[in-house]
Amino acid sequence: MKTFSIGGVHPHDSKISANAAIESFPIPEVAYISMGQHLGAPAEPIVAPGDKVKVGQLIANANGFISAPVHSSVSGTVKGIETIFDLAGNPCKAVVITVEGDEWVETIDRSDKIEKEIKLEAKEIIEKIKECGVVGLGGATFPTNVKLSPPPGKKAEFLIINGAECEPYLTSDYRVLLEMPEQVLIGAQIMMKALNVTQGFIGIEENKPEAIKVMSEKAKAYPQIKIVPLKKKYPQGGEKQLIDAVVGRKVPSMGLPIDTGAVVQNVGTALAVYEAVQKNKPLFEGILTVTGECCPMQKNYKHRVGTPLSKIIEAVGGVPETAAKVISGGPMMGKAIANLDAPTLKGSSSVLFLTEEQTKRKEESNCIRCGKCIEACPMGLEPYLLNKLAKGHRMDDLEANKIYDCIECGCCQFTCPAYIPLLGTIRLAKADVMKIMRSRPKK
Amino acid sequence: MKKLLVSPSPHIHGKENTRNLMRDVVIALLPTVAVSIYCFGLSALKLALVGVLACVAVEYVIAKFMLKTKVTVCDYSAVITGLLLALNVPINTPWWVLVIGSIVAIGVAKMTFGGLGQNLFNPALVGRVFLLISFPVIMTDWSVPANTLFDAVSGSTPLGIVKEGLAQGMTLSQIYAENNFSYAQMLFTRIGSAGEISAIALLLGFVYLLVRRVIRPHITLSIWGTVFVFSGILWLCNPEQFTDPIFNLLTGGMLLGSIFMATDYVTSPMEPKGMVIFGVGIGIITILIREFGAYPEGISFAILIMNATVPLINMFCKPKRFGKEAK
Amino acid sequence: MSTTIIFTVASLSILGLLLAVVLYFVAQKFKVEEDPRIDIVEAIMPGANCGGCGQAGCRAFAEACVKAGNLDSLFCPVGGNATMKKVADALGLQVAEKAPMVAVVRCNGTCENRPKTNIYDGVATCAAKSALYSGDTGCRYGCVGCGDCVRVCNFGALSMDPVTGLPVVDEEKCAACGACVKACPKGVIELRNKGPKNRRVFVSCVSKDKGAVARKACKAACIGCGKCAKVCPFEAITVENNVAYIDFNKCKLCTKCVAECPTGAIHKVNFPEKPAAPAAPAAKPAEAAKPAEAPKAAPAEAKPVENNVNQEK
Repeated sequence: MKTFSIGGVHPHDSKISANAAIESFPIPEVAYISMGQHLGAPAEPIVAPGDKVKVGQLIANANGFISAPVHSSVSGTVKGIETIFDLAGNPCKAVVITVEGDEWVETIDRSDKIEKEIKLEAKEIIEKIKECGVVGLGGATFPTNVKLSPPPGKKAEFLIINGAECEPYLTSDYRVLLEMPEQVLIGAQIMMKALNVTQGFIGIEENKPEAIKVMSEKAKAYPQIKIVPLKKKYPQGGEKQLIDAVVGRKVPSMGLPIDTGAVVQNVGTALAVYEAVQKNKPLFEGILTVTGECCPMQKNYKHRVGTPLSKIIEAVGGVPETAAKVISGGPMMGKAIANLDAPTLKGSSSVLFLTEEQTKRKEESNCIRCGKCIEACPMGLEPYLLNKLAKGHRMDDLEANKIYDCIECGCCQFTCPAYIPLLGTIRLAKADVMKIMRSRPKK
Repeated sequence: MKKLLVSPSPHIHGKENTRNLMRDVVIALLPTVAVSIYCFGLSALKLALVGVLACVAVEYVIAKFMLKTKVTVCDYSAVITGLLLALNVPINTPWWVLVIGSIVAIGVAKMTFGGLGQNLFNPALVGRVFLLISFPVIMTDWSVPANTLFDAVSGSTPLGIVKEGLAQGMTLSQIYAENNFSYAQMLFTRIGSAGEISAIALLLGFVYLLVRRVIRPHITLSIWGTVFVFSGILWLCNPEQFTDPIFNLLTGGMLLGSIFMATDYVTSPMEPKGMVIFGVGIGIITILIREFGAYPEGISFAILIMNATVPLINMFCKPKRFGKEAK
Repeated sequence: MSTTIIFTVASLSILGLLLAVVLYFVAQKFKVEEDPRIDIVEAIMPGANCGGCGQAGCRAFAEACVKAGNLDSLFCPVGGNATMKKVADALGLQVAEKAPMVAVVRCNGTCENRPKTNIYDGVATCAAKSALYSGDTGCRYGCVGCGDCVRVCNFGALSMDPVTGLPVVDEEKCAACGACVKACPKGVIELRNKGPKNRRVFVSCVSKDKGAVARKACKAACIGCGKCAKVCPFEAITVENNVAYIDFNKCKLCTKCVAECPTGAIHKVNFPEKPAAPAAPAAKPAEAAKPAEAPKAAPAEAKPVENNVNQEK
C-alpha cells in the first residue's frame, strides 16, 4: 500500500464520530458572516444595514486576485456590518444578519437529483467556482479558482482528491465520501475538465475501509478516476506528502504542487465544486464534526456558515465538564478556540473537545538528542537544530537548514520524548526567516 | 465559567517520553544482569546495586546542592549509567572503586557539561576508562570468587589470553587448543565482566530495544559489519596472527559496547548516514587497538574517540530532504 | 653531550630570529591603518555592546563617531550625557545634552485588574503568544506577561512581578537602550523622559478598545473619556483611538490628570506621598455618570502599589 517516503507519525486515529450520519444543524437566529473566510484579502461587503437578503445571495465581493466572495447563508435582514472576534479573539469584519425564515435564491437547484452531465466549458467552470466563493476546505481555505488556473508555463497533468483525512478525530470528509460519493466524483470530474486533464486520483487512508469500498464501487462509472488506498500515517493529507504518496513525485523545495503536474483538492472542496457548478449553489454550508472522548454526543453537522460555535456546543450539551481545550480542526494542526462565540467559517471542519490529560503540555526537559524528531519530520528537516538555532536568532543558519520547508505539521513536537515545544519555536522563526527572504530583491 | 486552555498546535502528544525510553534501556539490560547473577552469584547483584545507587546519589547531590537545578534522577539515565558501569568492571571489584567510577562518570562526564543531554562523552565509558587507567590491577583481575559457576576457569579473558599468547610468540591455533575456546561457550558464558559473559542475553536486549523502537539498528549493525569485514581481511592475511571475525564479535565488550554504549542517544549521531559513519569508525578503531595496540580490548576507547566526532558528524550529515532544490 | 645542547640552542635561536624577521615584514605589509581616535573613544564607551545606540556595538559606535565628524545623530543611551561629553571632548566636538530616559511599562493589567479568560499553554514567549491569539485576558493590547522584555535586557533592569504578572523596571539599572521596546510585541513599553527628580506622569494603558470594552476587560484601562485632556493646562495630553497619551516634553507634572482619571489609568511616579492626594481621585469618579463602585476602588488600590514598587527598587 502506498504512502509518503520520509518521516511521519502514527497518532491514535480516534475516529469516534465515524458512524454519526450528517445532520442539518438548525439555522441560528442571528448569523455572523465573517469577511475573512479565505486565504488572502478579506471580502468587501456590498450590503447595508436594513437590506433584506436571501440564502445564497452575494453579500460581499472578492477583494483582489487571491480572495473570494461571500454569500449569505441565511435569509433575513442585515443588522449591520460589525467588528466581531474570531476564534483566536482577534477582530474581523462581519455581516450580521437577523434570520427571518429560510428563503433561498431562486437560481439554486435544491432538488436531490444528481446532475451528472457537465454542461459548462473549462473557462465557465472556473468562473462559476469563483462566483460561488468556493475555497479549499482542507484547512488552508485557498481560493479554488486560483488553484484551478495554473500559472502560465505550468501544465497540470492530474488531479488528486485528498480523502486521506489523516488528522485524528475528524470524520467530516469520511461522511461526505460515504453519503455523497457520486457528488464527489462528479466534482472531481468537473475540476479535471477545468484543468483539462484526464487523470484523477482519490487518496483514501486504509482506516476508512467503508469509504474505499463505496468509492471504488461508484468510481467504476468514472474510468478516468482511480481510488488509491493509502497506508495510515500522519501527515498524509499534506499536499506535498499526498502527491508523493499517490504518484511518487516530490514537490521541489520552495516549489508548488503544480511543479510536479499535480493539483490537490480536498473531498469537501469537490463537493462544493459539484454544488456550485451543477446546482448553482454558492459555498455557504459546511460539514462539521463535533467530537472528543469527553463529549457526550458525537455529531457530524451540516452547518450554515456564520452559526456561532457556542450554539453548536450548546446542542451537544455545552462544553463537557472534563474538557480542558476546545479545538477547531484536528488535534495536530487545528487551532485552539479562545473565543467560543466566534462564528463558523467556510473552512470549519470540527469542534473537538480534549481533556486536560490528553492535551496539557507536560513539563519540558533537556533535549537528549535522540533524533526522533528527525525521524518524524516528513520534510527531512532537523527540528532539534532549528529549535536551537531559532533560540539563538541565527537567521542565516536557519535559512541554510531550510526552515522555510517546514509544513508545520507538528510531527516533531508530537514525537519529542522531552516534551520540547519544537513547533512553537520553529513556527515563529520560520515567519521571521520568510520575512527576510521576501524582503530581498528578486534576481 | 471554566477557563479553557489555549496553545499552538499540535494539541496532542505521542506516548514516548524520556523516562519511558530510558526505562526501556534498563529493561533491555535486565537479561544481562540476570545472567551475571546466575553466573557470579550475589556479588554481581551487589555490584549492580552499588553502581546504580552511587550514580543516582551523585547526580542527586550535584543537581540539588551544587548546580541547584531541577533534579532529574527520576528519568532513569543515571540508573543506566550505574548499571553499565557495574556491568563493565570485573566481578570482584571492591565497592569503593565502583563508587569512584560513579563519581567520575556522573560528576565529571555528565554534570559538568550540564546534565542529561549535554555531555559529549558516554558517562559510563568515561568512568570505566578512568578506573582502567587508575586501577589497572583491579580492573584486569578477572579471577572469580569461589562457589560460582566458573570455579575452575582461569582468571583471564579470551582477548587477554590471546594478546598474552601472541606476545609470547605462540600462534593462534596453539593458543586456541591450549584454552579450549569454543563459540558455543562464547555465546552463553565466558570469563569477563558481568556484562560480557553472555552474548545471548545482550542480543535479547538488542532485539527488545529494536522492537520498542528505542534505538535504530544503524550504529550497532555498522559496528558489527565493520568489525567483521576489517578483522576478516586481517584474518585472511594471516590466520595465525590475527583473530577471526566471529571471535572478535563475540569476545570482550564488543556486544555490550555496540548495543548499549555506542547507541547512547546523547553521544551518538542523530541521522542514519551519520550513525553509519560513527559505527564504521568505532569498528575500525576497535580492531586497530585489539590487533595492534597495547590493550587487549579497544571498544571503550573506540567509542570515546568517536564520541568526540559526533558534533562534527551531526553538522555535516543532513537527513534526506523532501524534494529537490528549486532551480 | 655539550655539543648537542649548544647545537640545539643555536639552531632554535636562529630559527626564532628568522621567523621574527618574517613576521615583522608580514606585519608591515598587512598593516591596517586605523584612526587611533577610535580606540580612544571606544575606551570611553560603557562596553555593554547592547546596540541601544543603533550601532552593532561599542566599537562600531566609536567608529561612527569618528567618521561622522559630528555627534548630532549619535547618542549612547547607556553612558548618557556624561559619556557623550567625554566623547565630544576627546574628538573636539560639540554635543547637545539629552534628557535621560527610562523604560516605562504602560500597562496596569494586573491579575486583579484584568482577570484571565483562558489559560495559555504554549511556548512561554510573548512573541509566540501574541502571534497565536489575542491573549489570555479580555484585553488584546496589554502586556501578555511572558517576559520577553526581561530576557532581552542586558542590564538586569527588568523583572516579572509574580503577583501582578507584569514587568517591573528598575530605574537605577535601566540604561534606556530600548531593547525591551523592540522586544515587546504589543508595544507596551515606551522610553520616556526620566523627569526632574525622576518624577513623571504617564498613561499606563495602550488599549485602543472603546471605553466600555476596555473597561470590561480591565479595571485599570484608559477608556478614552478625554477628561485628562480637558483638565491639562499645558495641552500635553492627546486622546487618539480611545487611548490618552501624555507628551512628556510638554508635561509639567502638575498631576491634575492623575486626579481626574476615572479608572486610575494615569500613574505618577516618585512623587512624595501626600495624605490628601490619593483621596481626591477617589471622590471624582463618583460624580461621573459611569457605574460608580468599581472605578472608585480601583485607583485608590492600584496606585499606591505601583508607587511603592518603583520606590523600593
